[in-house]
Amino acid sequence: MQKSLHINADKCTGCLQCEMACSFENYGIFNTAQSRIKIFDFHHTGKKVPYTCTQCAEAWCLQACPVDAIRVDANTGAKVVNEDVCVGCKVCTISCPFGTINYVQETGKVQKCDLCDGNPACADACPTGAITYVDANWTGLEKMREWADKLGNQAGA
Amino acid sequence: MSWAGKILRVNLSTGECRSEPLNMTWAKDYLGSRGLATKYFTEEVDAKVDPLSVDNKIIWATGPLTGTMASTGGRYTVVTKGPLTGAIACSNSGGYWGAELKFAGWDMVIFEGKSPKPVYLMIENERAQLLDAAEIWGKTVWETEPAIKTKHQDPMIRVSSIGRSGENGVLYSAIVNDLHRAAGRSGVGAVMGSKNLKAIAVRGTQGVSTVKNPKAFMTATKEAKKVLADNAVTGQGLPTYGTQVLMNVINEVGALPTRNHQDVQFDGAKDISAEAMATPRATDGKAHLVTNQACFGCTIACGRISKIDETHFTVQNRPQYWGANGGLEYEAAWALGAANGVNDLEALQFANLICNEDGIDPITFGATVGAVMELYEMGVLTKEQIGIEAPFGSAKALCHLVEITARSEGFGKDMGLGSKRLTEKYGHPELSMSVKGQEFPAYDGRVIQGIGLGYATSNRGACHLRGYTIASEVLGIPVKTEPTDTDGKPELLKAFQDATAAFDAAGICIFTSFAWTLNDVAPQVQAACGDEFTVENLTLIGERIWNMEKDFNLRAGFTRKDDALPKRLMTEGAKTGPAKGVVSGLDKMLPIYYQVRGWDEEGRIKPETRKRLGL
Repeated sequence: MQKSLHINADKCTGCLQCEMACSFENYGIFNTAQSRIKIFDFHHTGKKVPYTCTQCAEAWCLQACPVDAIRVDANTGAKVVNEDVCVGCKVCTISCPFGTINYVQETGKVQKCDLCDGNPACADACPTGAITYVDANWTGLEKMREWADKLGNQAGA
Repeated sequence: MSWAGKILRVNLSTGECRSEPLNMTWAKDYLGSRGLATKYFTEEVDAKVDPLSVDNKIIWATGPLTGTMASTGGRYTVVTKGPLTGAIACSNSGGYWGAELKFAGWDMVIFEGKSPKPVYLMIENERAQLLDAAEIWGKTVWETEPAIKTKHQDPMIRVSSIGRSGENGVLYSAIVNDLHRAAGRSGVGAVMGSKNLKAIAVRGTQGVSTVKNPKAFMTATKEAKKVLADNAVTGQGLPTYGTQVLMNVINEVGALPTRNHQDVQFDGAKDISAEAMATPRATDGKAHLVTNQACFGCTIACGRISKIDETHFTVQNRPQYWGANGGLEYEAAWALGAANGVNDLEALQFANLICNEDGIDPITFGATVGAVMELYEMGVLTKEQIGIEAPFGSAKALCHLVEITARSEGFGKDMGLGSKRLTEKYGHPELSMSVKGQEFPAYDGRVIQGIGLGYATSNRGACHLRGYTIASEVLGIPVKTEPTDTDGKPELLKAFQDATAAFDAAGICIFTSFAWTLNDVAPQVQAACGDEFTVENLTLIGERIWNMEKDFNLRAGFTRKDDALPKRLMTEGAKTGPAKGVVSGLDKMLPIYYQVRGWDEEGRIKPETRKRLGL
């Protein structure tokens, strides 16, 4: 059974614990500039929105890579960059519709979310439950539960 | 480690930017941020210096936990000699700027001299340069931040800057970062403006990789975050209601200073409370409060983001103020509201928003409005002088005054002096509700005895953030003490003051102390910096910081007579509430406080105390 990162932007406070957890997990350093998940702060509405790779089933990045540096992790379903193979051509960064795979000038390779081998550090670090790691077939479960609650439990619904 | 190990020294007179190794001996003795920056400052600057002169210096400093996964580890401190007080000034801010400076590889930035023309400092990792600020001089903070990001084509730059009030020498100008977070008090922004320094822009991509024992650090920070999450105040109260939750609580205690401290309860408190913020308005059916917001690394998220009513008289046809904005926090809501008898929530939010936009301390500003309104009601100041009728309770006067203060227009120039100088100018110095020239925050110092003593003895002038005895005296943290009791308060205050200095020096937010004691902080600092930072050592460091600040003030010329409260708090009893008739017991507490501190009867640090603290 595979899981997915599930994001509820309404719960995000913009603390960036996820960004630091990501950089620490992957590089052993606290550095939001090296994070593979990014929080966007929309000042005019007050909204903070976490954004990272959704691990497309048919991944554009994977299809576009000319050297097969991006492979599917059979356990997690994550599309994982093999840095030993990546040549830094950046075609994947162009093909990704969402911008979630990016070139790293310090290494000459690309980086993207790899779901931390099935234990995503960002979800673990999120203090509000804005980022969770849930059954890939049931990312809508919590929302369904909320609506079910509204329908079944609350007066006048 | 966990210090970056490097400081940036900028000579504004010559334009030189130089890297220096951090003095690690001082880092061990003063930890960081407030402590370490004040050590550098007091070693380098003559205590008698004119705060707005070329010889004053100003320092931006992070702590060892800044830029790490420690909860609330995003703070920075600005240290200088304050123009409002003439005392040591030390102002702390959250947001994201502090962590960005650390990510660029710097523990602190020291500015000296004065630039011949307006400049801003651009820091990109190890590269730092002063750039021409002609295009942004005269602009607000909210114009400055996007202008710098656009110019450098980098939306990820963080900016710490002043608005027009700092340029114009308003003596309580704040330094603002990330639009809504401020090093608010003591007029640090005026010092920045006096040096022709508009902003510090930072982009840091190097991160923090110097944590001593990463594994132990992750364990310690995770455990400490759980303590915050499980605590009723930091886990539920602050994220849900913000600091504003205090408005009704303090009003019920009878300690909500009202109409320039003439009263201790405000009948409009409920209209400007956290509960009011969350209640849908009659006009548009929307609640004032939009959401809560965290600063960097903060797992509490007490920050308020609100939207002003678009039909309110303050913002009609001014769509630039219709978006989501920071506030209201408790202190600002009190200072702009109860302190002046104003109960119009939208007007308070507007005044708060102008304070953010142009970098003004809302506490001193609001308290100065209170003094002006009292002078107006006495007939000392007239409508012609002020530019508007200004009785207590006038939302129109409040909003008029904030705009002319921001722009230093007309009577706004007088407003920019703060209440001490303004009331002196108009012949009624007794009406300034201040200590050492800095105005009281939102707790009545005659009703709550410990905080009154705290105001009198705070090294940066009246302040609640230097020893928040309210935690004990009102909220029962860590133990409940009776607000009106004076017994035991000197000891209680000293413990709060010393611990607070250690929290500040670490680079974390003092709001964690609703749940954390130094027992929760020490394991995090130890894992980050070294085993020597035990609870005992952190307590000693806190006490050392307090005495270092005091020593500077003594050398600046402050004496026992400056550790005093205004006559109103000493002689006019509380008119209503549970503490009706109570006045401050400062005269009883102060001598004991000096003893507890190891100071002589004049408040001078005894030689044996200096020796014990290694001063």
